Amino acid sequence: MSEIVSLRETYGKTLAELGRENPDIVVLDADLSKSTMTHFFASEFPGRFFDCGIAEQNMVGIAAGLAASGKTPFASTFAVFVPGRCFDQVRMSVAQPGFNVKLVVTHGGISVGEDGTSHQSIEDLALIGALPGFTVIVPADAVETDRAVRAAASCCGPFYIRLGRPKLPLVFGEDYHFRLGKAATMKPGQDVTIIAIGIMVSAALEAAEKLGHQGIDCRVLNMSTLKPIDEEAIIKAARETGAIVTAEEHLEHGGLGSEVAQVTAKHQPVPLEFVAIKDTYARSGKDGELLKKYGLTADGIEAAVRSVMARKK
Amino acid sequence: MIGEAGSGHPGGSLSAVEIVTDLYFRVLRHKPLDPCWPERDRFILSKGHAAPLLYAALAECGYFPVEELLTLRKLESRLQGHTDCRLIPGVEMTAGALGQGLSFAVGVALAGRLDSMDYRVYVLLGDGECDEGQVWEAAMAAAHFKVDNLVAIVDNNGLQLDGWNRDIMNLAPFAEKWRAFGWHTVSVDGHDLARLDAAFEQVRSVKGQPSVIIARTVKGKGVSFMENQVDFHGKAPNAAEVAMALKELE
Repeated sequence: MSEIVSLRETYGKTLAELGRENPDIVVLDADLSKSTMTHFFASEFPGRFFDCGIAEQNMVGIAAGLAASGKTPFASTFAVFVPGRCFDQVRMSVAQPGFNVKLVVTHGGISVGEDGTSHQSIEDLALIGALPGFTVIVPADAVETDRAVRAAASCCGPFYIRLGRPKLPLVFGEDYHFRLGKAATMKPGQDVTIIAIGIMVSAALEAAEKLGHQGIDCRVLNMSTLKPIDEEAIIKAARETGAIVTAEEHLEHGGLGSEVAQVTAKHQPVPLEFVAIKDTYARSGKDGELLKKYGLTADGIEAAVRSVMARKK
Repeated sequence: MIGEAGSGHPGGSLSAVEIVTDLYFRVLRHKPLDPCWPERDRFILSKGHAAPLLYAALAECGYFPVEELLTLRKLESRLQGHTDCRLIPGVEMTAGALGQGLSFAVGVALAGRLDSMDYRVYVLLGDGECDEGQVWEAAMAAAHFKVDNLVAIVDNNGLQLDGWNRDIMNLAPFAEKWRAFGWHTVSVDGHDLARLDAAFEQVRSVKGQPSVIIARTVKGKGVSFMENQVDFHGKAPNAAEVAMALKELE
């Protein structure tokens, strides 16, 4: 079993390192710095850290003003609050002018757990993904979190990076070379492709291993850059394996599954199955219990693979 | 402009004519031929529906040709119905959805302080716009962060789309609200250039807190049949009305 590491803590520490390298990096939070882990930056660079209080709309607006004036602002809170609480501010103050604002949110998905449905962000990727010009990344582990945050700092334009609350097993080594906009092939395979993001990548690898023992050769792609999506990798997977399963900790509508369906429908139609939350809100519970209840597990992926294989011509 | 476009917001543009004129011709440190000059004072139009007023001021200053003003709201024009900062030199912020400009202005002011720049940030709000909760989030933050290079001006014409402020959503006591939020607060006649000038000069010396100038104005000012007429919030005058209005404004 690989080491289990916090994505949030990695974010906080990477941000502090970036702060040492680049004096134009500034950080904003909305009274959650101990949860988003921006406190690492805050304690080292208090003059470049702005706690905006519980006022996400204002935080996003201030970030836009800082970006318009040459700063590289990272603004953090929970995924339910950005974009949920301030969609219009993200839209008009950030996306429309294309300002260099980095929204890095934590506690995405249902794995936030016991806090319940008000705190479970399952619509955010659909909302943010709808905004022209945004780059959207859902890292699969702590290593990729570090690389994605560095990529955001070095590229101009609006970014949304979605992290979860739980610690996750490492799926990448320190030598991982993150390529923005490119899927990472986690495992080659010829019979079917599992395309996953975030917490579902390690589940996809687990499912692929089990299925491999039963003679089903799964390709696993980590589609961490959800937007702009790697169309080439999807088309190639459709052409070479003839069936695709997507897996994400988000509603079935408007996330990874929808994107993959659109690409395959246009270029290479193949049978698809979607491991995602089906048009419903979840409940309070432990993260593992919730993921199981809503089918976001290796077993859920395995069942989806069997079902898509049955439909494959 | 608005007559030519056939749609737009004349009332809230006319009420702030003196405010914007005073800013662009006497108060702001700016270079129309170098719109991204880092040391420029920033003017941020939060009430984005007064775009025609801002465009007119920018064109008169030389940011772009005056002739272009008549392309307002037309396809392929740079002059969008509400301001789009990607298109026009001198427009600092995309606006239109109300309540967002003050937060943006706080960010610009903080950046100036971080960079030890002495530029000042001016942001124009509508009074109806102050119904938006985000305005008060930003008001709280500006005082909390002690941004004294920030001046908000409220075009206090008393009207919003559905009627008088006091009937739609009462803002009173308005000046007291700003004071309670920690702002240095000045009230002036927003059509009196000398008094506006004096107010802008007075707030220059305020330290440790942001300033707000509450400018009492008349919506549709200068055109008798538009003054205090809520119908001209978002309606363009027809050809005959344009001719009459221009005659009165001469």
